Amino acid sequence: MVKFNEQQLAEFNRLVARYPEGKQKSALLPVLHLAQESFGGWLSAETMDYVAELLKIKPIEVYEVATFYSMYNLKPIGKYMFEVCQTGPCMLRGSDDIIQYIQDKLGIKPGETTADGMFTLKTVECLGACGYAPMMQMGKHYREHLTREKVDAIIEECRKNAATNN
Amino acid sequence: MGVKLLLEKAHVENIRLYDVYRREGGYRSVEKALKTMSPDAIVEEVKKSGLRGRGGAGFPAGMKWSFIAKPEGVPRHLVCNADESEPGTFKDRYLMEFIPHLLIEGLIVSSYALGSNDTYIYIRGEYAWIVDILEQAITEAKNNGWLGKNILGSGFDCNIHVQRGAGAYICGEETALIESLEGKRGNPRIKPPFPAVKGVWDRPTVVNNVETLSAVVPIINMGGEEYAKIGVGRSTGTKLISACGNINKPGVYEIDMTISVEEFIYSDEYCGGIANGKRLKACIPGGSSVPILPANLLLKTAKGETRYMNYESLSDGGFATGSMMGSGGFIVLDEDQCVVKNTYTLARFYRHESCGQCSPCREGTGWMEKILHNIECGKGKMTDIDLLWDIQRKIEGNTICPLGDAAAWPVAAAIRHFRDEFEWHVLHPEEAQKRNYGLAHYADPIHVPV
Ligand SMILES: Cc1cc2nc3c(=O)[nH]c(=O)nc-3n(C[C@H](O)[C@H](O)[C@H](O)COP(=O)(O)O)c2cc1C
Ligand code: SF4
Ligand code: FES
Repeated sequence: MVKFNEQQLAEFNRLVARYPEGKQKSALLPVLHLAQESFGGWLSAETMDYVAELLKIKPIEVYEVATFYSMYNLKPIGKYMFEVCQTGPCMLRGSDDIIQYIQDKLGIKPGETTADGMFTLKTVECLGACGYAPMMQMGKHYREHLTREKVDAIIEECRKNAATNN
Repeated sequence: MGVKLLLEKAHVENIRLYDVYRREGGYRSVEKALKTMSPDAIVEEVKKSGLRGRGGAGFPAGMKWSFIAKPEGVPRHLVCNADESEPGTFKDRYLMEFIPHLLIEGLIVSSYALGSNDTYIYIRGEYAWIVDILEQAITEAKNNGWLGKNILGSGFDCNIHVQRGAGAYICGEETALIESLEGKRGNPRIKPPFPAVKGVWDRPTVVNNVETLSAVVPIINMGGEEYAKIGVGRSTGTKLISACGNINKPGVYEIDMTISVEEFIYSDEYCGGIANGKRLKACIPGGSSVPILPANLLLKTAKGETRYMNYESLSDGGFATGSMMGSGGFIVLDEDQCVVKNTYTLARFYRHESCGQCSPCREGTGWMEKILHNIECGKGKMTDIDLLWDIQRKIEGNTICPLGDAAAWPVAAAIRHFRDEFEWHVLHPEEAQKRNYGLAHYADPIHVPV
């Protein structure tokens, strides 16, 4: 069963308190981020229903928002997600090559996850790092000025982190 | 060195921290505003400064502020637009990441001017680590008495809240942003009513860009008239330009708007010239939505005059031979780049970001993407080029919000100026897979390497 723990509930209350009374729905986007982080990196129907209940809104109001925004994952993702930008300015600096390299190296296409559940590759549109291209987002942070060597190092780093965390 | 008003202190060590920022003269504008000026006097000062909105449309900020409705007993809100998602644009990020207190300072003064007791920063969801930076700055400001109740004994209360978006370019459009802030899908509203009358929670609302609100700080410190002396014509003050693409020094630069495009591209103080000793082919000077220009029209106007980095000069010649300042996202293409491919990636972007409310935008962006992809892959027909032209024309002006226009303009400009390159793709599909079209007639006539 999905349920925020005490600390997550405190954050939930902090988020809701930012809006006028009766306008708690305004907290929906931040609360969905919190829910996604808290419950395995994606939003299941159960999670969305739980958020609806907490915010006292209808489940459909949550579904329509969750399906509109690209950052909400509606299915499980790998332990690490590489979101590589493919828009014009990044393309001019070689993002195609980086995307192809990751595909070949991990044996997956954009939108897919490796069989061991470690990596998901996703292509995304401009992330506001055009001057530091090519780039990708990984979790909360950006990895910029990517080269093939850097990609190798990042994959290595992820594997190491996963090994020590297990 | 040009004048620096926003980034002057950005390189001071630890300027992110309150103590350092304060020691460097931070929060003086709040003292001046709250202790010696009325809210209306601040609006007047911003009007005098000539400051134009830095989010893309260039609407005079002071005038926008004076439109806000003030019905009795209804709270008003200032909302800072930190959605920054226009391809080529990464200047707001720079301000927030490196000198966050400048924005907080500008927000306090602007909130006082507009009577906003709860001010929101709507930031694109991907800038997750910047949310922490901003919240840290807000906490510091609050602990030092710049936020909260009865600030500096003025009787004015103000809190600033940071709301994260979740990945949607359309939420940068101000009414979509308001919908999103209310916890809904980012579907733009039909205007009127304008946000100044009915914005977030149906309350009067002003939405301004990060850079616009940061510029309020120097305006209050130096006075609107002094600010207006910097720059030229209706391009007053300084502008942040985020430069990217095939240049030696991509990055964020503060310019006063008197420098020429040529100086901006080739001077070591700014872009440092085209990367790898290549030649300049084309440039999108104001973010992906504005018309692309071939090198010759970028550096000189159609009349043969020098083109400058300001609102008037960049748009000289209208869409026939000019472009726009837009958001200041300066995207440079060197001689090895393919205009068809670049236009295709932008069309894909707009298709992805269309909210889907209006059929010309929802369907048209998809068609344009498909046709451009075909041409790019060597499967295009000559009639496709006219079809593209026809589709973009039918989108422009026929939609609820300007995203439709923003999707149409890049395609129109690419065909207008680079039609020969599109035709070459159609006529020589196999060759087009192997090599690029190159420079053709629109090469930069000034900087021919020896
Ligand atoms: C599709 C679309 C996207 C936009 N994105 C942004 C944005 O990311 N940031 C921004 O400040 N303005 C953006 N704008 C402009 C806003 O609608 C609005 O004009 C601006 O925030 C007003 O602030 P300013 O007057 O200070 O520029 C966008 C407009 C459109 C039509
Ligand atoms: S123009 Fe496009 S993005 Fe704007 S409201 Fe219409 S469909 Fe949505
Ligand atoms: S185009 Fe990739 S970050 Fe902007």
